[in-house]
Amino acid sequence: MTNKKNNQASLSIAITGSGGAGVITAGNMLLEAAARAGLYGLFMRSSGPQIRGGEAAAMIRLAAQPLNAPGEIFDILIAIDWHNIDRFAIELPLSPDSLVIADPAQGAVPDVITASGARVVELPMKDMAKATPKVRANMIALGAVASLIGLPGDVVDGILEKVLKKRAAEALESSRTGIALGVQAATQFEFGRPLQMPPLADQPRWMISGNEAAGMGAVRGGVRFVAAYPITPATEVLEWLSPNLKKVGGALIQAEDELASINMIIGASYGGTPSLTATSGPGLALMLESIGLAVASEVPIVIVDVMRGGPSTGIPTKSEQSDLNIAVLGLHGDAPHIVVAPTTVGDCLFTTQWAVHLAEALQVPAIVLSDQLLGQTRAIIDEPADPGFVSQRCVAEAGISDYHRYALGGGGVSPMAIPGGAGGQYTADGLEHNEIGNPSSQVADHISQSAKRSDKISEYDYGDHWAEIEGEGELAVITWGSTTGVTREALKALAQKGHNVRLIAPRLLAPARPELMAQALTGVTRALVLELSHSAQFYHYLKGYYDLPCPVASYCRSGPLPYRAAELAAEIEKWSAS
Amino acid sequence: MNVESTTPALTARDYKSTVKPVWCPGCGDYSVLSSLTKAFAELALPPEDVAVISGIGCSSRIPAYLNTYGFHGVHGRATALATGLKLSRPDLTVLITGGDGDGFSIGGNHFLHACRRNVDMTYIVMDNRVYGMTKGQPSPTTEPDWDSALAPGGTGLRPFNPLVIALASGANFIARSFAGDPNGTARVIAQAIKHPGFSFIEVLSPCVTFRPDQREWKTKAHAAPVDATEDIGRAAKRLMTDDGFNTGILYIGNREPFCLSDSGAAKKPADIETQFLV
Amino acid sequence: MSKTIETIEELLAHVQVMEREAYECYLDLAEQMEVHNNHEVAELFNKLAEDEKKHLGYVEARVGDSEIPHIAPWDLKNFDDSGLNMTGAREVHYMMLPYHALKLALRAEKKAVAFFADVTGASKDPEVRDLAAEFEKEEQHHIELINEWLGKVVRPEDDWDEDPDPPVQPT
Repeated sequence: MTNKKNNQASLSIAITGSGGAGVITAGNMLLEAAARAGLYGLFMRSSGPQIRGGEAAAMIRLAAQPLNAPGEIFDILIAIDWHNIDRFAIELPLSPDSLVIADPAQGAVPDVITASGARVVELPMKDMAKATPKVRANMIALGAVASLIGLPGDVVDGILEKVLKKRAAEALESSRTGIALGVQAATQFEFGRPLQMPPLADQPRWMISGNEAAGMGAVRGGVRFVAAYPITPATEVLEWLSPNLKKVGGALIQAEDELASINMIIGASYGGTPSLTATSGPGLALMLESIGLAVASEVPIVIVDVMRGGPSTGIPTKSEQSDLNIAVLGLHGDAPHIVVAPTTVGDCLFTTQWAVHLAEALQVPAIVLSDQLLGQTRAIIDEPADPGFVSQRCVAEAGISDYHRYALGGGGVSPMAIPGGAGGQYTADGLEHNEIGNPSSQVADHISQSAKRSDKISEYDYGDHWAEIEGEGELAVITWGSTTGVTREALKALAQKGHNVRLIAPRLLAPARPELMAQALTGVTRALVLELSHSAQFYHYLKGYYDLPCPVASYCRSGPLPYRAAELAAEIEKWSAS
Repeated sequence: MNVESTTPALTARDYKSTVKPVWCPGCGDYSVLSSLTKAFAELALPPEDVAVISGIGCSSRIPAYLNTYGFHGVHGRATALATGLKLSRPDLTVLITGGDGDGFSIGGNHFLHACRRNVDMTYIVMDNRVYGMTKGQPSPTTEPDWDSALAPGGTGLRPFNPLVIALASGANFIARSFAGDPNGTARVIAQAIKHPGFSFIEVLSPCVTFRPDQREWKTKAHAAPVDATEDIGRAAKRLMTDDGFNTGILYIGNREPFCLSDSGAAKKPADIETQFLV
Repeated sequence: MSKTIETIEELLAHVQVMEREAYECYLDLAEQMEVHNNHEVAELFNKLAEDEKKHLGYVEARVGDSEIPHIAPWDLKNFDDSGLNMTGAREVHYMMLPYHALKLALRAEKKAVAFFADVTGASKDPEVRDLAAEFEKEEQHHIELINEWLGKVVRPEDDWDEDPDPPVQPT
């Protein structure tokens, strides 16, 4: 949303093209150049189903303040070509304020674009590229856009150098030429609202995707073994972890399927190594039985679920918040475990690190509910402080005698013997067991062990991290995960109109914290639950497991389209007036 | 191939836990339990350095009956669990124990990949050609004409041949044994543990309750008429034409076992974070 | 490695392993019977185990401080362990009677006698032959005792292993 009045200006830029046009590369470079110029930003991408050569859209939003949601309309859309643009049209909202830069060689601008009333200008990128050897259209586009939005030329050039340093010198030269051609051509376009470059940051900034952040959080938390099976959109977590785990003395192996992945990490954790896997909805579904095994045998593990459109195979490349049910309620039996959800791209790091810490401290599986929107969005963030959450498993001393693995007392966490420790030999079991660990079907054992497994996580003090609670007012909005960022932006817009609405976004979804939620809702007369789920999973979860002190309504829809702030602001206003 | 006999500090009995097995008297698994303890004793393995991983089934109850570390996991996934353990803890001696249903039906996929991966572990399948714990259904190794409630008249399906599959998938040591020969079984277990890579032993272990016809295995099991071969082609032919009762080490491979490479001095997390700096 | 036993030490080493195996086997059977609520036979196996323990003690006393080689269980020469082998033995059953237990013991003793007879026959060392003959005589005595015992116990009816209840699915 561009709002010049309050200097909250942000710009949204889209670069589209297909068949090897390189729009994603250009988009990435634009983000990185903006970062070097001191801006914050987000980079999202959309593509067709083809492995290569498909249509793609790079969507970048930039501002002088941190961003955690897509913008309302695209200020600039530069199209290298129009192939299959229908696929993305709904993700590229335009208005009469938008500037569309089209290549006349690609034919007429499609109706779906012109219908918005956007202003169209021409840039013959294809011919310009052909006229100069080795120059590519995407560099011309990048140059044009960068200059229109006000990025200093040296910053763009610096990125070119960085990205192309491993290539032949002529690649850098030709790219520079392309950029220059774009910059030159852009002088004829009137745009009129470039971003003001902010003063340079006083603290370091990072450029990171949610998936990379989850990996980094795992490493910070102490994970040193990963077994996983590739699945969209979680594969990048694994791709990042593979070389980086190795650097810190850990290892990643690819398993034959998700059933093997989850069991391998249980085995490694049983052997004493903090372990993790990453998957998406279909993979999590396969893992459920064995997550239950980890609950029953009290073996710590972390499972990152980068949610995608469901059900079943669903929409692998798009986001949704519809794995809440399975994450919280999907284990058979009474199987208490931890579920946490990051609220922003940067929060993927903290939350995953926290999940490792909790899993290890409480000897329990922890599921991290990230999603495609967070996972595959690259953001510029302030360098995250390290909260210092490192795994601290309670381990039995070596040389112990008369060892009871599942001894009662001590808040429910019993020291875990690690193989190799003399005297600590025990058989971990999915069967219900007594304090020693021998299988038991006795009433007293099932009652006491059930209480042990439940109490250890419900009586733990999670501190302030359990939720983000912001603002005041009698009205409250409750949301979670990736919807948090866009909700925040919607509430900011409402606050500027004088409507104050409280935001509550739990990071800890399980175990439920009814008392804490009730406290957060003190003074609230009505609450609205927001989520990207067709069946309002979060709303029903809250109604089922929390004592809500006020009437609660629900606004929800399915993916694949992420929320934009204006949509939510309108819904909140409508609800608050009703 | 000789297994060194050093005078062990512990006796076989020292490897048994105090938990009393609930198998039917006459079950072959008692014999395998005894064979395991004898092998551990002869190899003088400290019990705390041994981990026995199992799935679900009668034979999968073995870890609780041993004084080593153990994991009684879910049905069919023991080879995966053991792989994660051994890769991250190469210092441990890791064994996998289970039955034919657990290993070849639900566990089939993991069996293939465990052989392929060739991590240094020993997998002992107590094959009784039936699902005993759930009261007598056919398993992948059951004869096609064996009558049961779920498959009256027999399944009509050709039985799975685990030794051939193991060979084709890359197992590095393949043997068959008979529970009616506990000392012979103990020896082959000790040899399997000592041999690097993935060692697979099919122990014919009769089920007295649901397969009383397996009493005749006593007369059918016999030592293989030839020595173990290192030639994979020869082994393939032998195993494909095997009568199912040849005991002994049938194939010895020399594949390098898979393990995680030593990545050298480990960096700190803070050192790798610099990659994100703008 | 020679196929026959040629030294006292080797013979004692064998006997030690055999007695220990027998002792532990009877203990295991007693435990199996206890778990399956067959206390009469559990008691019988415990008694047989006690006897073996005594023999083991005797052998160990005989060994004293002398150096005897360690024999891995699979390296026992000419010992047919099928006597003590419970796998598939018809008599081993959760409802087995003392008669069956004694038949089992009898078979084991007969195999032991055969082992010692083999040594007395094949060994070249007279001392070894003498010691083996001693043990053989001892085992023959056991056989007599067991036969006597057998005479006193109830003979099984045709339906001794009939259990009206079907098997239970535990887990």
